[in-house]
Amino acid sequence: MTTPARAPSATQTLRLLCGFAKTRQPASWSEHLAEHGPLPSGRRRRGGDPRLLELVDKSGLTGRGGAGFPTGRKLRTVAGSGRAAVVVANGMEGEPAAQKDALLLAVAPHLVLDGIELAARAVDANHAYVAVHRGSPASAVLRAAVAVRPEPPMPVTIAELPAHYVASEESALVHWLNGGAAKPTFVPPRPFERGVGGRATLVNNVETLAHLALIARHGSEWFRQVGDVGEPGTMLVTICGAVRHPGVVEVATGTAVGEVLRLAGGASAALQAVLVGGYFGTWMDAELALSLPLTQAGLRAVGGALGAGILIALPDSACGIAETAHVLGYLAGQSANQCGPCVNGLPAIAGALTDLARGSWSPARRGDLDRWLGLVPGRGACRHPDGAVRLAVSALQVFAADVHRHEASRPCAGALVPPALPVGAPVSGSWR
Amino acid sequence: MGAFTAAAASAGGNPLWYATRSFGLVALALLTASVLLGVLTSQRIATPKWPRFASQALHRNVSLLALAVVGVHVLTTLMDTYVRITWWAAVVPFTSAYRTGYVALGTIAFDLLLVVTATSLARTLTGHRWWRLVHWSAYAAWPLALGHYLGTGTDARTSWGLLFALACLGAVSVAVLIRLAIERREGPVRVWGGGR
Amino acid sequence: MRLRVNPIACAAHGLCAELFPEWIQLDEWGYPIVDDEPIPPHLQVHARRAVAQCPTLALVAEKA
Repeated sequence: MTTPARAPSATQTLRLLCGFAKTRQPASWSEHLAEHGPLPSGRRRRGGDPRLLELVDKSGLTGRGGAGFPTGRKLRTVAGSGRAAVVVANGMEGEPAAQKDALLLAVAPHLVLDGIELAARAVDANHAYVAVHRGSPASAVLRAAVAVRPEPPMPVTIAELPAHYVASEESALVHWLNGGAAKPTFVPPRPFERGVGGRATLVNNVETLAHLALIARHGSEWFRQVGDVGEPGTMLVTICGAVRHPGVVEVATGTAVGEVLRLAGGASAALQAVLVGGYFGTWMDAELALSLPLTQAGLRAVGGALGAGILIALPDSACGIAETAHVLGYLAGQSANQCGPCVNGLPAIAGALTDLARGSWSPARRGDLDRWLGLVPGRGACRHPDGAVRLAVSALQVFAADVHRHEASRPCAGALVPPALPVGAPVSGSWR
Repeated sequence: MGAFTAAAASAGGNPLWYATRSFGLVALALLTASVLLGVLTSQRIATPKWPRFASQALHRNVSLLALAVVGVHVLTTLMDTYVRITWWAAVVPFTSAYRTGYVALGTIAFDLLLVVTATSLARTLTGHRWWRLVHWSAYAAWPLALGHYLGTGTDARTSWGLLFALACLGAVSVAVLIRLAIERREGPVRVWGGGR
Repeated sequence: MRLRVNPIACAAHGLCAELFPEWIQLDEWGYPIVDDEPIPPHLQVHARRAVAQCPTLALVAEKA
């Protein structure tokens, strides 16, 4: 994963990335302190830190990893477990298109580590982990950062997990930390009930924790000054596809998709659709998408999902069906191979979409495809099959005209060019 | 129990001795059937007229019956005064003065059978992994039982008794070979080709 | 009482659908599709049997 070096523009709302915007360098410990000031002091106490918990509640911070769950409520659940908890900072970022966590860890590791310390204090954790992909640049950056920081009140371990797509799922992280394979497990018990070492475990995205580090310094009122009322603050967004300057930007939540694309230099070609939320999200017609606000609630209202803040712009020249078939093939290959509906359903769906893209189609095939799309969701241990199906379903809706044409065995020109959407190299080998 | 002479016993005068022999034979037959049905269950061999739960229920019932018959076989052996076997030799191997080795085979098989049955009955409590691990030892119990029969069985020396042992051995060998041949790899069943 | 499948443990033996067809059907790959609705009392005996007989203990009965 490369660190995008595009210049943050003046219309971004820079909070997490502000140090980077000034220095263009990863923040050293002294630069970090100069920028943000010292971490408010505090210590671990039984049952967590009520002041911190209240602060997070009031801030209205929501998870930035995909689900958008209120962070305060999650912290309280873990803090109330009755014994020392565990904190896991999730920097795994499984999506091939996503770069925001990698960028954050590369340029502001101390902000994330601050957030981890605060979260551990808030929930009374006596051990914290940062989960990153094995061999990723982030692990070296984090190790170096931990080495120069003052001794934290609880050990912080950099955990390097195999880079499988589903390894970033929270139960998979916990299973790996407990000595198992980095594969999702059957829930309940969920990590916040019984996680690492059987203890209540807070799993939070690294961006969420970085926000926490700022909230602790500047207060909940400050945090709410920007962004959407219901989901305040700023968020990191990865933009790729047909834009002039793909990369990561930091914007106020609720910013319109079109505005964010402009921050990425604007569309580099006429757009037909935008994939909002990445491979766990949905295709949106370009016209509709540009005016949509980037909030969980706003996107849910139109059947979308914010996911981990990923926007992929699809040019008119590309074939949405072929692109989706390609991604579905990738997602099918990224199954943990644990649950029958996922193991059988995703390859079947990917195969049908590929046939549709190529124009080798029959009405019976459509019947199969529709049946599978109804059969698979909700029947895996994790949400991997659900996300893949949501993407496929949205493709059939948004590219309905293309589907019609393909069904008449007339594939478009876009189906013949190599796919534009990024898929990672298949991760093979160990799940340990 | 009256004093039977060795001659009278070997001539078959003692009903307990007959009981021991016949219950032993029936037990071996039932254990063989149980192994066959177990393989049938584990490999999902079924037809519309012979559903899977039928194999499983039969496997369970035949196994319980086998354990009961083995129990009677052990009991009559202990009650029989011709061969003096103490009660603890029924559960602790190598403590029988009489044909120490061959009796021990039966003892170990009996113990395994008890453990396998207990874990099966308490399966929902112990969890699948434990049950499965313990259940593999059923495959060890069967050859032990056969060895016990061949080693100590009075009837194993007759031609029909030997034929019976061979039939049992053949049946179990075929079943195990079938299992090895179609044993699935780890992970969920994958149906190639999709769709019906 | 409701039924849930642990999809990781499930190995598509299909006994549950034989024992409790009122609530459980198999998909085309042999994996159970379980009705989400609470099970009425007169059918719970079948549900319990299906739970107990599952070869991999993948069928779970949950209260309410």
